[in-house]
Formats: sequence, C-alpha cells, structure tokens
Amino acid sequence: MIIDLPSTTTSAINKSLVSLREKGGAVTTGRVLTMVIVTDEGASEESIAAANEASFEHPCRVIVIAKGSRRGAPRLDAQIRVGGDAGASEVIVLRLFGELADHGASAMVPLLLPDAPVVAWWPGASPAIPADDPIGKLAQRRITDAASAARPLAAMASRVESYRPGDTDLSWTRLTTWRGLLAALLDQPPHESIQSVTVAGASDSPSTDLMAGWLALRLKVPVKRTKARAGAGMQSVVLHRKSGPLSLNRDESSTATLSAPGQPDRNVALPRRSLRDCIAEELRRLDADEVYEEVLKKGLPKVAAAAKSAKKPTASAFVGRPTDVKEAREAAKAAAAARTVVTATRAKRAAGKPAPRPRARKATS
Amino acid sequence: MAAPTNPLRDPRDKRLPRIAGPSGIVIFGVTGDLSRKKLMPAIYDLANRGLLPPGFSLVGFARRDWANEDFGQVVHDAVKQYSRTPFSEEVWRHLAEGFRFVQGTFDDDAAFDVLAATLKELDETRGTGGNHAFYFSIPPSSFPVVCKQLARSGLAEHKLDEWRRVVIEKPFGHDLASAQDLNAVVNSVFPPESVFRIDHYLGKETVQNLLALRFANQLFEPIWNAHYVDHVQITMAEDIGIGGRAGYYDGIGAARDVIQNHLIQLLALTAMEEPVSFDPKDLRMEKTKVLSQVQLPKDLLASTARGQYTGGWQGGAKVMGYLEEDGISATSTTETYAAIKVLVDTRRWAGVPFYLRAGKRLGRRVSEIAMVFKRAPHLPFSHTDTEELGANALVIRVQPDEGITIRFGSKVPGPSMEVRDVSMDFSYGQSFTEASPEAYERLILDVLLGEPSLFPQDEEVELSWRILDPIEKAWGRKGSKPDEYAAGTWGPPSADAMMARDGRVWRRP
Repeated sequence: MIIDLPSTTTSAINKSLVSLREKGGAVTTGRVLTMVIVTDEGASEESIAAANEASFEHPCRVIVIAKGSRRGAPRLDAQIRVGGDAGASEVIVLRLFGELADHGASAMVPLLLPDAPVVAWWPGASPAIPADDPIGKLAQRRITDAASAARPLAAMASRVESYRPGDTDLSWTRLTTWRGLLAALLDQPPHESIQSVTVAGASDSPSTDLMAGWLALRLKVPVKRTKARAGAGMQSVVLHRKSGPLSLNRDESSTATLSAPGQPDRNVALPRRSLRDCIAEELRRLDADEVYEEVLKKGLPKVAAAAKSAKKPTASAFVGRPTDVKEAREAAKAAAAARTVVTATRAKRAAGKPAPRPRARKATS
Repeated sequence: MAAPTNPLRDPRDKRLPRIAGPSGIVIFGVTGDLSRKKLMPAIYDLANRGLLPPGFSLVGFARRDWANEDFGQVVHDAVKQYSRTPFSEEVWRHLAEGFRFVQGTFDDDAAFDVLAATLKELDETRGTGGNHAFYFSIPPSSFPVVCKQLARSGLAEHKLDEWRRVVIEKPFGHDLASAQDLNAVVNSVFPPESVFRIDHYLGKETVQNLLALRFANQLFEPIWNAHYVDHVQITMAEDIGIGGRAGYYDGIGAARDVIQNHLIQLLALTAMEEPVSFDPKDLRMEKTKVLSQVQLPKDLLASTARGQYTGGWQGGAKVMGYLEEDGISATSTTETYAAIKVLVDTRRWAGVPFYLRAGKRLGRRVSEIAMVFKRAPHLPFSHTDTEELGANALVIRVQPDEGITIRFGSKVPGPSMEVRDVSMDFSYGQSFTEASPEAYERLILDVLLGEPSLFPQDEEVELSWRILDPIEKAWGRKGSKPDEYAAGTWGPPSADAMMARDGRVWRRP
C-alpha cells in the first residue's frame, strides 16, 4: 500500500502511521532498527528495493531522505509504503525541497523508532566526514559506498581520514566471501608461513585495495597490488608459500578457481555480491568494525608505501620478499655490465640488506 | 601441540564466515524422503550461501539402478522444489560436478569397493582431501552391516590430517539396552567424537535462542526457579497422522519417537544450570548433570497418559483413525499421544513438575515450552477483581511462528478495577529474519566443520532412555490399549485427568 502525503509535516506522517497500524494491524513495534537512506531525488528506488529485500532479514523502518531542488519555498512531500510495497519493512520517503533540503535531520528525528539503533546509508555521494554530518551524528552505524563515488579511489582515501567508530563501506562488505574463502584455505594444512602475496583487481576497485591492505596487515608480508582494466572488480589473490602458490582466481563468468600445489583445481561460483546481500550483512552487526578500521588505517598505507617505492626501485622497495631480492640481484648484475664494478656492489649490498628482516618476523608470528 | 593459528582469523572479525574445509558427504538411503526434502535442499542452500568448500562432493548410495546423471536429476528436482534460497544455475553447475551415485545393497562387498574407489577418485579430481561424512539416512537395523562394510573397505580408517565422520538420525534405539548396542556398533568403527547424532530440534534458531534468553539477560534468570515457577509444560503437537511412516512408527509410538529425543533435549536446555562457557564440553556437562537428576513420580500410571487417535473431522477434512491407517494392525497398541510428568531433583527445581506431551493428529502443529508461574502470594484486590486473572506464563514458541509470549494481568479499561490476562509478544519473524537458515543447514555445516555442540552424545541418549524406560515398562505391564481421542482434539481425557490430579490444566497452545 502506498499513501502519498504532499506538502505535509512529520506529525501528520506519524499520525498516519499510527492509524495505519490500528486499521490494518500492521505491526511496527517489532522493528529492530531505523534505516535512513540519504539520496538525491530520483536516485532512490534502487536503494529502497535493496533495503526492502534486506528487511526480510532485519525488519526495519526505512526513512528515505531524497533531496530535491534547493530553489523555491521549503516543502516536505512524504510517501508511506507498507505491506507488499515495502518488503518486511515500512518505508517513509521524505522529499525535501527548498531550504529544507539541507536540514534532512530535522525531518527525520520525529520518525525514528524509540530506543532502536539508527543506521544511515549514503548509496551515492557521501559527506566528507560521515560521523559529523547531522544525519550521521544520529546514527550508530554509517554505511558509505566508495565504489559508487565519482572517483572511487579518492573516496576510499578520504575514508582513512574521516573514519570514526561505526563507519563502514560497502567496498569492504563486498569482500566478505573472498575473505571467507581465503581464511578457509589457510585453515587447511600444511600450515606454512606465507612469504608474499599478489592481489589483482580493477584499477578503480577500492575493494581490491582493501583486500591487499587486509592481507598485508594480517599476514605481515609484502603485498603486491596489480591493476587490471577498470570496472572488473576483484580478480585474483595469490599467496606465495614455500611449497608453491595458493591462488584464488575469478574469471569473467564469476567462477572462481582455487589452485593449490599438489591438489586438483577446484571451481566455485563466486558472483559479485548483490546490494541486498551487502546491506543484509551490514545490518547483522551494529557495533564498530575494528578490523575494517585497522585495514583502513594500517593496511592501506602499507600497500600504498610498497606501491610507491616499487615505482622508483630503491633499496627500501624490496621489503625483503626473497623473489624480489633475487630479481634485484639479477638487475644489479645486469647493471654491473654497463657500469663500474663499484656501483654494482653497492646496489647488491643495498638490495640484500633488508632480507633477514622477515625471517625475524616469522619467528615471532 | 597447540592447533596452528590461522593469521587471517581474528575473533573481532565477525563478518568472516566459517566455510567448511575440503570435504564430501556420502548419503546412505539417498532415495528416501528425508534426503530429498531436507538434506539435498540444505546442501544446495549451503552452497548458495558460499559455505561449502570448492570441490565439495555428494555421493548417493542406494539400491536403485541410477547413473550419475539420473542422480543429478533427482537432486536437481529436490533442490528446485524444496530449497530455501533462490536457484542459481551457476552455483548448481559447480555443485553438480561433484555428484556421484553408487548402486548397491548394504551386504554387497563390491558396491562398497566401488564406493571406496569413488571417494578416492573424488579426492584426486575434486580435492576432497580424504575428508568424508557418512550420513546414515537408513533404519538402525542396517547400521551394523553398513558400519562393518565401511570398516572392511577401509573407509572408516582414521588418518592424520583427514577425517571421517558418521551422521545418524533418530531413533537412537528403542530402549536403553538397544541404544547401548547401537552406540557399541557405531563406536566399534568410529570413535565417539566422530559420531554426530542429528536432533534437528537443536538446529533450530529458537532452541539456540533459549540459551541467549536465559543467559544473556538479567530479566529472566532470577525467576527461573522453583520460587516463582509453578510448573513447566513442553509440548510438541503435530496435526498430521503417521502418513507413509507406518512401518517405522508402529511399535515405536509418540514417547520414543519424540519425547525421548526432542522433548527431553528441550527439558535439559530449559532446566540446566548456566554452563561456564559455550564450549561443547561445558554445555554437554550441564545437560548431562540435569538429565541425571530427572526423577519419575512413584505412581507412573497416574502421572502419565497415552492415547491413540480415532477417525473424524480435523480442520475441515475427514481423516482416518490410527488403526485404519495403511499398514497398521487393527489391534495395535502403539500410542500416538503421550504425556508424562517428571521432576528435576535440584535445588533450582525442587517440587516443580515438568509435563511433557507429544502427539499426532492434535489441534494444530505447534511446539512450545511454557513456564507457568505461581500466582502472586498476595493480591490487594477483591476476589471479583481478579477472577479472570490466570497464572503468568512465559512461552517459548519453537515452531511455527517462532518467538516468545509473556502472559500477564492487565487492567481492563473502565471505572472498575478488573484484571484480565493479556499477551506480550516477541516474534522472530518480525524482529529478524524470514531468511533464517533451516535446522539441517546449520547441522550439516557443523558436521563438516567438526563442531559438536548441537549434537547429543552417547551419554545424553542413554540418560534419556533411563528416564523413558520405566514408563514404557509400566505401559507395557498395564497391557491395555491406549485411550482414544478424536483426531483434531488435544489428546485423550486421561491426559486432562492426569493434570487435574495435580490441580493444573494443560495450556491450549
């Protein structure tokens, strides 16, 4: 059922919600959270659909704040959707016009469920610091999506600065199935230490960066992030071990192939996660995601530092990956042919120096 | 030696799903109803949720003359019809690559050799790594021969870095002695920690929530004892008859079929003390502790009731009586309704009776645990004010419409003081999840992960038979027929009389 309330106020909306409950027996008291979706007018239907589907797992009240034109007199148009048009949730769409468009929080406060957590979601562009946004301030959890921003990598970079407990990004959620498969891989023997990692994905994929950051952080080994054409998302992860590489590789048909030394290749369906799945997963946990925070603050810089130094190959570029060291030695040898013996020795010494470091780390891990 | 830690696992990382390691499952009796309606859909749903390992394989073993493709078709149809999650061609394709079918009977050595070769082939081509679960969806009478065959063909052999597990379904015997025999048979081939007994009730979210309700909240634990609780009623009612299960059901009856496993497990979870942790060992310790203290009343016949449904009208349809069902002898004395009263001799529950009832062709399908509280010791109202006030109750609805109801008195609006019962309701369907996993999904995944908390062990099974055996014996001695009750009602009058003797009544669930 869809009820339109043009040029209205929040008290009229509340009244109409109560009367709906009394008339139709629509049960709203069991809702576990309020979800606020902040979008531009017109761009909201896809997000509402995802929220409605996710509501089958987490029945919620969905408040959509659609910002309309800032010209003209302030006006609030509302629409209430319940029953078949709203999944297991109830949806209140608020269209804000004029000056009101910048004061979405004021229209939202009276409609929040008592005592229930608030989740804010910006499906498109998000505020610079979500936690300082008037709507973000009211929310326990703030969901952004770097991949839908105009410049995904820049958006992801800004998350590092703007992070406050309760923030999360769908680029991180999209990785869960990948991370699960990788963790399951390492549950199996032989429990060898990993020497280095290569992560490949689209050049504009923030998820791939996060994956590289997560692996660098957890495994404490150098992670190489290689870039493929834009728009392809995550492509592969290779974990190099002494006995041979373990790899998880997704082709275009969203089939992933798992290869391990001495074992047959195994296939598994690994489609890109739907928005519905991601939102449902986000709503499953409402506390701060410390792991995401660490990956943002410590993991990403590690990968970035490695990438930067890889561009101009100085000694510090080779953070001790044995194959890198070998390559460096060979490069040094080649250089020696052209240059004097003295410089070659210097390069060799420089390249060889950091090699013992990871061995010391291994002993402690 | 400490287990090697996985650097990618972090207790704070609650998103990370637990995916089973390389493994496969072999289903004996794969043509049966349970396998088609529950196991195959559950396996597909797990795959669809990405919780099965790449290369997972499913081997069917049965007498039918099927090729792998025929078997694949059967699974396909079962999945399409019964699975919970939407059908995805892609997931299906990868899963179906791991399907194999082995034809044979249980006494056929060659068939088991073929099975062994099939598993070896799967280890090589699919990378199942020698990890196999054997699901016995077969009558217990076939357990000895299948176990023997598995041992003979070397399939039960335990190797380092590989596991073999066996999954068995109820009934776990029909009395203490047979349960011990059965345990001995299975344990002669598989060590106790590799034996997983499926009690699908324990896989249900509501049952697991019972632990959260009791031990995560401050609100309920203080009243969870004999000071406040008058008695507890645990009910499992079915509206269906025995259907096509005559061969299984006749001679077994409601008490052995349902009370021995499901209801006694619910009783254990309701009555047990707080475990020191949710470690499987600690949880089991508390359950066995409370089960070992369950006592039966002296006069067993006066504190139990049994019944058998007769034909009649139920829910707008004409149904047959038990004795008229196909395959049931006209003189059968098997009960289709059983109610028993037990006491739990602990400080917490001294003097609080637990009433357990189960039956077929009852009013509606419902399972619940109802804690009925004592009346307030003093009522500052006149007698007429509280005439309509019943006892407070806390009801845990296990199925359907999972949730919790609290009943208490409330003033009826108006000038006079009149107190009447009202219900406060928590419904899972409204607060969470229409999409909660099926019990079988959870349990199959736990088997593959080797996570034993939700599976009763030998000791619990034997303890529950110790509770039921004297009652069955008393019923057998009496020798008479069970009391009749009309289909669609809530059991025989003798069950109401049994409660009336204690001055109580059954709830209408």
